[in-house]
Amino acid sequence: MSPRAPLRPLARILDARARGENPDAIEAANIRDRNAAMHDKSRARAESRLLLLVMAFCAAFLTIGIRMAALAGAEPDEPRAIVSGSRIQAQRADIVDRNGNVLATNLVTHALYSHPRDMVDPERAARELARIFPDMDEDRLLKQFTGKSAFLWLRRKLSPEQMQAVHDIGEPGLLFGPREMRLYPNGKLAAHVLGGASFGAEGVHSAEVIGVAGIEKALDDRLRSPDQLDQPLRLSLDLSVQAAIAEVLHTGMKLLNARGAASILMDAQTGEVLAMVSLPDFDPNDRPLPPTAGDPADSPIFNRALQGVYELGSVMKIFPVAQALELGLMNPDTMVNSSSPMQLGRFRVRDYRNYGPQLSVTDVIVKSSNVGTARVAAQVGPVRQQAFLKELGLLDASPVELIEAARARPLLPRKWSDIAAATISYGHGMSTSPMQLAAAYAAMVNGGYKVTPTLIKREAPPPRGAPVISERTSAQLRDMLRKVVEKGTARMAEVPGYHIGGKTGTADKQKPTGGYHKDKVMANFAGAFPMNDPRYVIVVSLDEPVETSGTEARRTAGWTAVPVTAEILRRVAPLLGLRPAEVEAHVPSKVTAVRN
Amino acid sequence: MRSALVILSFLAMLASGFWAYRENYATKVALREAQRLGADIGRLQEAIAVQRAEWAYLNRPDRLAELASANFDRLGLLSMLPEQFAETRQLPEPAADPLANGLDGVAIVSAEDEDLLP
Repeated sequence: MSPRAPLRPLARILDARARGENPDAIEAANIRDRNAAMHDKSRARAESRLLLLVMAFCAAFLTIGIRMAALAGAEPDEPRAIVSGSRIQAQRADIVDRNGNVLATNLVTHALYSHPRDMVDPERAARELARIFPDMDEDRLLKQFTGKSAFLWLRRKLSPEQMQAVHDIGEPGLLFGPREMRLYPNGKLAAHVLGGASFGAEGVHSAEVIGVAGIEKALDDRLRSPDQLDQPLRLSLDLSVQAAIAEVLHTGMKLLNARGAASILMDAQTGEVLAMVSLPDFDPNDRPLPPTAGDPADSPIFNRALQGVYELGSVMKIFPVAQALELGLMNPDTMVNSSSPMQLGRFRVRDYRNYGPQLSVTDVIVKSSNVGTARVAAQVGPVRQQAFLKELGLLDASPVELIEAARARPLLPRKWSDIAAATISYGHGMSTSPMQLAAAYAAMVNGGYKVTPTLIKREAPPPRGAPVISERTSAQLRDMLRKVVEKGTARMAEVPGYHIGGKTGTADKQKPTGGYHKDKVMANFAGAFPMNDPRYVIVVSLDEPVETSGTEARRTAGWTAVPVTAEILRRVAPLLGLRPAEVEAHVPSKVTAVRN
Repeated sequence: MRSALVILSFLAMLASGFWAYRENYATKVALREAQRLGADIGRLQEAIAVQRAEWAYLNRPDRLAELASANFDRLGLLSMLPEQFAETRQLPEPAADPLANGLDGVAIVSAEDEDLLP
């Protein structure tokens, strides 16, 4: 601040007086200057205050404006638009066969529940519901509707007709919740592979669908994984082949009065299972409850092809022979002592009939000599035998993708003695399932490498498994197995042009109390076709078959499992696209004859 | 000059306000439409799933076998059997090339081929 200037500075007054001017003019000019300065100062202050005020108002209006714009722009329907739409569907992936035919899919349905407190006329609702659903009891319903509960499940699945009927009651206390249910359009076909599904955690608006058996349970995580919902699970099964085998096997089972039957058709190179049939079967849409008493094998949900762990009989004879050939202990023409009976400690090994003092190794297989096989096995020895069977996967649970596989472990002798080795060589004293047998036969005929059975279609040929036997041994075995059909126990398996080869096995069934039944057998056939370059392995197993067309009842596999196999082959080989080789049948002159 | 600027900016404000208002409602309509379409897609997918299930159900092998045997008189369908494979040489000679006979094609089907036609 500058010091206040005097209004009448003495020096200028005296000067003005000396010049004769009016000194008051100086004072007036000074007063004017001072007022102008004061005016400027107050104006500047007012202006800065106004500016501040403008800024405050601007900020306030801007805030309100932005807030209004935000409210106007952000409608709550935007997130809903993203959620709704295509993704509601399918909480479980479909299952299809190798050609894309649907085996399991989902269907939208509704569940029925009630809010009894919202009911207008509980008596009428109970009466009408009992009329629509005959299994509901009117009195019980009325009791529930008039009781204390505020919420009540009535039914898990409704058909569209039932839903409309319930709708027509017009009762506001009866409500519907959307549901997705699992549907198996082919009914009983491949029931044991698919297993079944049921509801898990349930809510009003949705319910979990979980697998309860078979591949539905084994691959539950894959089927429910959200990133793979739109990719169906492609099985290795072939629907038409499965249907044809099921039909033939069913007919065979009825004709031969068998209690049950099982069959497996497997790709000999890749281990893909093209068909897996177990009879009697069930409808997975309405899966029966597991039995609580009695023999589990009597229940239709029992998968004989996988859980049916039985002594398989002579089909096992190929393994000691394969091992003896592989180890160089014998060749197919080596003669083996086959005089029956053979004394083995306290045991006697007998043949079905006496085949003379000695047989070649090939004839041991062709005629199915127990004694001959026991002698071959004695040369191999129990330790090597056990290791070989283990390598083939016959001593462990099958790796196939079914939940039942892990629980169906083969039954083995407690001690692998010489006697056990002898009986195991011809298929007694050790129990395993047709599934393990099929995989082991695949290794015998495909050139000698191990295959891993699978129910999932392989997109690319899998890497070759570990070699079990040499290509040369495999060729010798193929030759022997073919001879079994040409002139041995499986002559009825011959279908011209398909070169099937295989081994029969008739095993006496074990009594639950110990010992063996006299007239109850498991008749088995395991083989492959075409034998010059095997592409498929087939196993057929019949439980207690009996063939009664002759004068006496015949139970051996040659009369039961083998003819069934031949019929399966006749039906299935064309479906697999295999054309018969060198069939000299009638030559149709016109293409119409072929079209039938 | 200054007042013209004020008027112009006032007009621009009016215009942008109008534009924003319209965009807001257009967006709301588009969202509702998208939601409706989403629901439509869901319904259609549900319908497709039902149709697929029904197709699989109607084509199940045992039903086809039943139908084939029920209509055997008319269709004469049998299971595929090994005897049905044929050699190419077993097929009859193909009909003469229609173009070889000129475009009126009178002689497309020769007399001996006639019974091949349905």
